[in-house]
Amino acid sequence: MVVVEVKIELKKGVADPEGMNTKKALNLLGWDVNDVKSGKLYEIDFGEDVTEEEALEEVELMCKRILSNPVIQTYQISIEG
Amino acid sequence: MKRENIKVAILRIEGTNCEEESYLAFKRLGADAEKIHLKQLLGNGINPDERRELEDYHMIMIPGGFSAGDYVRAGILFAARLKSAFKEQLIDFADSGKPILGVCNGFQVLVEMGFLPAFDREITDIPQAALTTNDSNKFECRPSLLSVEDNTKCVFTRKFKKGEKVLFPSAHAEGKFLVKDDDHLEKLKDDGQIVFRYTTPNGTRPGYPWNPNGSLDDIAGICNPQGNVLGLMPHPERVFYDFTDPDWTRKKRSENRGDGKLLFESVLEYVEDEF
Repeated sequence: MVVVEVKIELKKGVADPEGMNTKKALNLLGWDVNDVKSGKLYEIDFGEDVTEEEALEEVELMCKRILSNPVIQTYQISIEG
Repeated sequence: MKRENIKVAILRIEGTNCEEESYLAFKRLGADAEKIHLKQLLGNGINPDERRELEDYHMIMIPGGFSAGDYVRAGILFAARLKSAFKEQLIDFADSGKPILGVCNGFQVLVEMGFLPAFDREITDIPQAALTTNDSNKFECRPSLLSVEDNTKCVFTRKFKKGEKVLFPSAHAEGKFLVKDDDHLEKLKDDGQIVFRYTTPNGTRPGYPWNPNGSLDDIAGICNPQGNVLGLMPHPERVFYDFTDPDWTRKKRSENRGDGKLLFESVLEYVEDEF
């Protein structure tokens, strides 16, 4: 079974209000953290009939066309194993 | 073309929630508006008499709301569904000069579809702009004062005066407009694509909350280079009548005309003249 993991993050320099607010809440609750970044994680299951190479190629396209917006986000792809 | 023959398609899917007032804005001005679910265009699981074709319409509006739950990114799932089935049809629609309007979530859909900003008239598979989370990380719901930056190219603002200030309500959590770099911002300016900017009563650069989301260059709405596709975050359809303007008792206008009405009048006159 091929499962691909996609991590979407905000590009450097793009404001991350969700991360900032999470940091604020953590600080208020007593955790002394410096920074929090928010992002998204997708696990995409290709089943049995696809090779890892094919899956990675497909996911690359998915990231470009749907899962991320290149104006504000970056993506990292990895195979779950 | 006569006003009553202008067919306007208000597109909706699950999660769209501004279709009624959008529909009424066109209906009150005498156009033949209709709320159409995407299924009616796709033709699956519906009665034959509910089937509709995009090419029968003279204008499309994508209304506000939270289409498909705003999952992944606001507007992307509606955009993906539209593009998967009607990409070529929609490109032809826009190329023929027929107007397409996206308000709020509709603006997000048009950006994710690549119909806006459509630099150099090219509709790209990969979006060239983004409407991202407000700087406040909150849903911002308040009247926004906008200045009309263009009233020549864009077919939706022809009846406004250039520089005129209008009050449209904002209601969004992801409205911060961004492009990838300064070159693209310059391109928007050079090609006259910036149609609405957030402003203040005395015309100074708006900080928060006049600019509710932290948008680049205070951009509230843009059109494509041809001027027939417009997307904006604030809601003109919510100020169709005078009395839905939060300041209406002070403004004392002689007729019952909200600021948003003119946008719909402008585009309907354009369709009357051109088709």
